[in-house]
Amino acid sequence: MSQLKLKSENIKVFYKDFQALYDVNMDIEENRVTALIGPSGCGKSTFLRTINRLNELIEGTRTEGQIYLDERPIYEKDRDVVELRKKVGMVFQKPSVFPMSIYENVAYGPRIHGIKDRNRLSEIVERSLKAANLWNEISDRLNSPAARLSGGQQQRLVIARVLAVEPEVILMDEPASALDPISTSRLEDLIAELKKNYTIVIVTHNMQQAARISDYTGFFLNGQLVEFSCTDELFVNPRDKRTEDYITGRFG
Amino acid sequence: MGKLIVNGLSAGAVKVNSEEKNRPHGRQRFQPLNIERGIEFLLKLSAATAILAIILITIFIFARGIPLIFKTGLIDFIFNLKWSPTHGSYGIAAMLVGSLVVTLSSLIWAVPLGISGAIFMAEIAPPRIGNMLGRMVELLAGIPSVVFGFFGLIVIVPFIRTHLGGNGMSVLAGAIILGIMILPTIISISRDSILSVPAEYKEGSLALGATHMQSIKGVILPAARSGIITAIILGMGRAIGETMAVVMVTGNSTMIPGSILSPVRTMTSNIVLEMGYASGDHQAALFATGAVLFIFIVILNLVVNISIKAGKNYAN
Ligand SMILES: Nc1ncnc2c1ncn2[C@@H]1O[C@H](COP(=O)(O)OP(=O)(O)O)[C@@H](O)[C@H]1O
Ligand SMILES: [Mg+2]
Repeated sequence: MSQLKLKSENIKVFYKDFQALYDVNMDIEENRVTALIGPSGCGKSTFLRTINRLNELIEGTRTEGQIYLDERPIYEKDRDVVELRKKVGMVFQKPSVFPMSIYENVAYGPRIHGIKDRNRLSEIVERSLKAANLWNEISDRLNSPAARLSGGQQQRLVIARVLAVEPEVILMDEPASALDPISTSRLEDLIAELKKNYTIVIVTHNMQQAARISDYTGFFLNGQLVEFSCTDELFVNPRDKRTEDYITGRFG
Repeated sequence: MGKLIVNGLSAGAVKVNSEEKNRPHGRQRFQPLNIERGIEFLLKLSAATAILAIILITIFIFARGIPLIFKTGLIDFIFNLKWSPTHGSYGIAAMLVGSLVVTLSSLIWAVPLGISGAIFMAEIAPPRIGNMLGRMVELLAGIPSVVFGFFGLIVIVPFIRTHLGGNGMSVLAGAIILGIMILPTIISISRDSILSVPAEYKEGSLALGATHMQSIKGVILPAARSGIITAIILGMGRAIGETMAVVMVTGNSTMIPGSILSPVRTMTSNIVLEMGYASGDHQAALFATGAVLFIFIVILNLVVNISIKAGKNYAN
């Protein structure tokens, strides 16, 4: 049993009048990979985005309930969102490299957080790219535009960009959905390595992937967390009929 | 002149686009081949007509103007400060400097203000208000230039005369009126390009813990950069080609202005002021002024484009 990192308590999310999440309760452990599965439109991304409070950028969203990061509530009036997002990094579905060089992409976060020293920045860039298993492929063209990288490389660059601000939790929203099988398997290897130092929450609609890489799995359906347990248990021995139907491919 | 070139280019570009859009499905599915061909032909014809018109006008201007430039000598025509048609002296240096000074001094204030306004409308104001402001600015672009000139003459010129000195007809009055006239162009195009920056960039930046302002400066503006530069170029084209409003407020003296309160004459003003009664060499000299203006605009565009490329390399 590992340390509790994140705890979600009765999370409800509304987009104007539409309720996207109903009382989601989930305990997420440190240095583990937690996968969120379920058919599209059932609230997986919405839940992920409550953890770094990215949802509140959308006009008309309302969040109720509470999430605790290291036992500190994140939905609090005076909670510093910048500090929260520094601790909780996010990788999006579409590799969203910025329109600048590889180096500048990785240095962006540290710069934002006040690091100006060139040597230190270069050090961080190198360390982050190495940690994202990208350094060997691109170390000779750090100054070329990031958009020229392949999709898989771009996604690892985005991960390096997240690692550069030294987060504790990394949220990934279907990070492999735009990648080819080889890039996907490299990404999965990377996730396995990253979990030694980070807590990872990953949305995927690929059940094999969830089974391969995660320790815990949550199954979402129509805004509800239907079942949440150890990955092995959920896939081998689902408690809920709906989970069973979904993992055996009867719908979704 | 500036407007003519810019409009011609963008009309051409639009036509190419719609041509491409018509192609993929129509041909295979519901449209008989010859209708498809007919539409394509019409589009090509209209594009060709537009381009041909521009080429013919250009040729005409150069054909009428160049003989005079040969007669006075290119160097003399451009660098001679004395414009005195009655004495057969045709030097446009003062007007060349005049166009440059008036255009640059309008850009100096309108560009920062316009880009800031665009950022406000696209990023900071609530979307509904931003859209409303954007539409109002576009309306502003439709006001005829004589109205702006009239406003300048009645309001700005007397204001300068009483508060700053001189007779009010000045570089400053021209810069203020031209700046107001190019603001809509700069704001609308910059705003469009900021709005078309993919949401992922902004979210990616915010998710790293950047504030909204940091995201605007660090990711959104760099991503919108080429659109913003287009906005500046089009604004500059409008400023340098504008005639009516400038003639009305700048005093039109054919000397290089000594200060921003001195009167000034631009190349476009020079043409419009004298074309009514010019004949012979004098008329040719006005066409030659047009030809120089034409080349001037092309060079300005090139310089801006090259400096953008240089800036880009530097940024990476
Ligand atoms: N910005 C939004 N505005 C309104 N409804 C939204 C918005 N984003 C998501 N939704 C709705 O919330 C529900 C859950 O969406 P999402 O969390 O993206 O699902 P998933 O990631 O599981 O596919 C969907 O029904 C979707 O239509
Ligand atoms: Mg999703």
